[in-house]
Amino acid sequence: MTLQTRAVTWNRGGRLVVDGVSLSPKPGATVGLLGPNGSGKSSLLRLLCGSVRPTSGVVTLDDRSLAALSRRDAARAIATVTQHADTVVDITVRDIVALGRIPHRGVFGGDRDADAAAVAEALERTGLTGKAGELWHRLSGGERQRVHIARALAQQPRELLLDEPTNHLDIRYQLDLLQLVTELPVTTVVALHDLNLAAMFCDTVLVLKDGRAVAGGTPVEVLTPELIAEVYEVNAAVRIDEATQRPHITFTRSWGDEVE
Amino acid sequence: MTLSPARPVASAPGSRLRFPAVGLGALAVLLGSIGVAITLGPADVSLVNVRDILLNHLAGADIPVRVSEDAIVWNDRLPRALVAAACGAGLGLCGVILQSLLRNPLADPYVLGISSGASTGAVVVGILGVGTAALGIPGGAFIGSLAAFGVVLLIARLAGGSDDKVILAGIAVTQLFSALTSFVIFAFADSDEARGVMFWLLGSLEGVRWNDVVLCGLAVLGGLVFCLVRAPVLDAFAFGDDVASSLGVSVRRARLTFMIVTALLTATLVSVAGAIGFVGLVLPHAARFLTGPLHVRLVPVTALTGAAFMVWVDALSRVAFSPSPLPVGVGTALIGVPVFIAIMFRRRRAL
Repeated sequence: MTLQTRAVTWNRGGRLVVDGVSLSPKPGATVGLLGPNGSGKSSLLRLLCGSVRPTSGVVTLDDRSLAALSRRDAARAIATVTQHADTVVDITVRDIVALGRIPHRGVFGGDRDADAAAVAEALERTGLTGKAGELWHRLSGGERQRVHIARALAQQPRELLLDEPTNHLDIRYQLDLLQLVTELPVTTVVALHDLNLAAMFCDTVLVLKDGRAVAGGTPVEVLTPELIAEVYEVNAAVRIDEATQRPHITFTRSWGDEVE
Repeated sequence: MTLSPARPVASAPGSRLRFPAVGLGALAVLLGSIGVAITLGPADVSLVNVRDILLNHLAGADIPVRVSEDAIVWNDRLPRALVAAACGAGLGLCGVILQSLLRNPLADPYVLGISSGASTGAVVVGILGVGTAALGIPGGAFIGSLAAFGVVLLIARLAGGSDDKVILAGIAVTQLFSALTSFVIFAFADSDEARGVMFWLLGSLEGVRWNDVVLCGLAVLGGLVFCLVRAPVLDAFAFGDDVASSLGVSVRRARLTFMIVTALLTATLVSVAGAIGFVGLVLPHAARFLTGPLHVRLVPVTALTGAAFMVWVDALSRVAFSPSPLPVGVGTALIGVPVFIAIMFRRRRAL
């Protein structure tokens, strides 16, 4: 009873950017999308949020095709934080977060108290209450990222889609943010670069390469040195942390050849 | 009967109180401006006479006034001031819509060539006589403005689709349609016709009548109501199409409807008053200083301040070189460009 995909394919201008991917997260779970740049993480998220339609296969929300839902009904259930969402408008943090209430509003306004409460809670959860009156263009990159998360939370979604939400964030906020996401009573699909963050916070991960899903399951099952070598083309050592039973990945440097 | 305690103000302090004050203030300035503008001109009419004439016509009073003054006020200056107000409000609304949808603070119907397209359409109907009966000049202007808008968006998309490409596309389309308009005029109009059309092209409110007031008034009121109802959609575009879509806006449909509304408004105003520049560009920025960026406040205040602004520009261009009138578009450019530069400087300092 969540947002699922069945064998979705997206042919974007002759290139299969997503190729037959199926995803069915458990309600409330945090699912990490992993894979190198251009592997189709962002494209899969765009299919999941319904901003593009799959070429074949189907995205369903509660077993109904997402394409059959109105954008507004979809936005009441699914909130998305994309990368690089910027604006030239001189707008305050509070007003941006309040944008998240648009799908809940009727033609003649809506429940103002519920709106105000949702905005206040979203600001509080993202630690932005003190910044509510600040203008967008005065914020740092990390603060901007948190504002978008707060806007998504104000939408009060059941499904949360995040595209590289930890980019630009200081390590403290990376951890805080993923901690917050895992504690929320929502199903989250999050594209991540950092394998260790994924290993720490995700219940399951799905690894993409060239648009295809190459592995899926719990971090322990999936994040093996063999898979990392195959997908990311780097050498890595994986050990299982005693306390958390989660994998921890260390990359090995190959001398003379630049590797992340 | 119980007294409910005052509800705490949830939004930023003062902003809820401030908005009604700004709105009512702008309305008062508009009505005052129309009243004063009517007194200005070669024939002296006092504010008291204006009041009496308006009471006679609107409230059925029977106050004795001179017939000549009654004719000047009721048949000439009042409809002219009202059309000026409608033009200012309508162009301001177009600017608000375009700046939100295209995410570009320089967008306005004049810069993007939509006004040029409307002029071409109007001239093709008016001078060539194509579809005069079926379309009329406003119909021709509408087709022209839609065509220009469509070409701008097409060129911008083919050039890579980034938000600033649309201005470059607008420059190209403005030049194209201006050339087409000039071509039609010089190839097919006689010299008297050409002189009149050239004057109208610069933006002119000479000789507007009550039927023009009705046409422009209905178009602007329709556009205003539409923008107010759809204000959250305009807000949702602040962070681009993807965010708008994730906020429940069906982006393609919203773009199309707003594009049609903009083309309709521009076409109506251009067919009556010619292509008036810089009002749509500057007024939304000025209004944002008063209201902030949220459209439920920005839309009505832009309409009111735009209306008041145009009433004054028109009044000044009537009296400045009296008896020969200055095209109102010249006045809006002379005032609008320095204001726009000032806004650019302020924005830069703010960053």
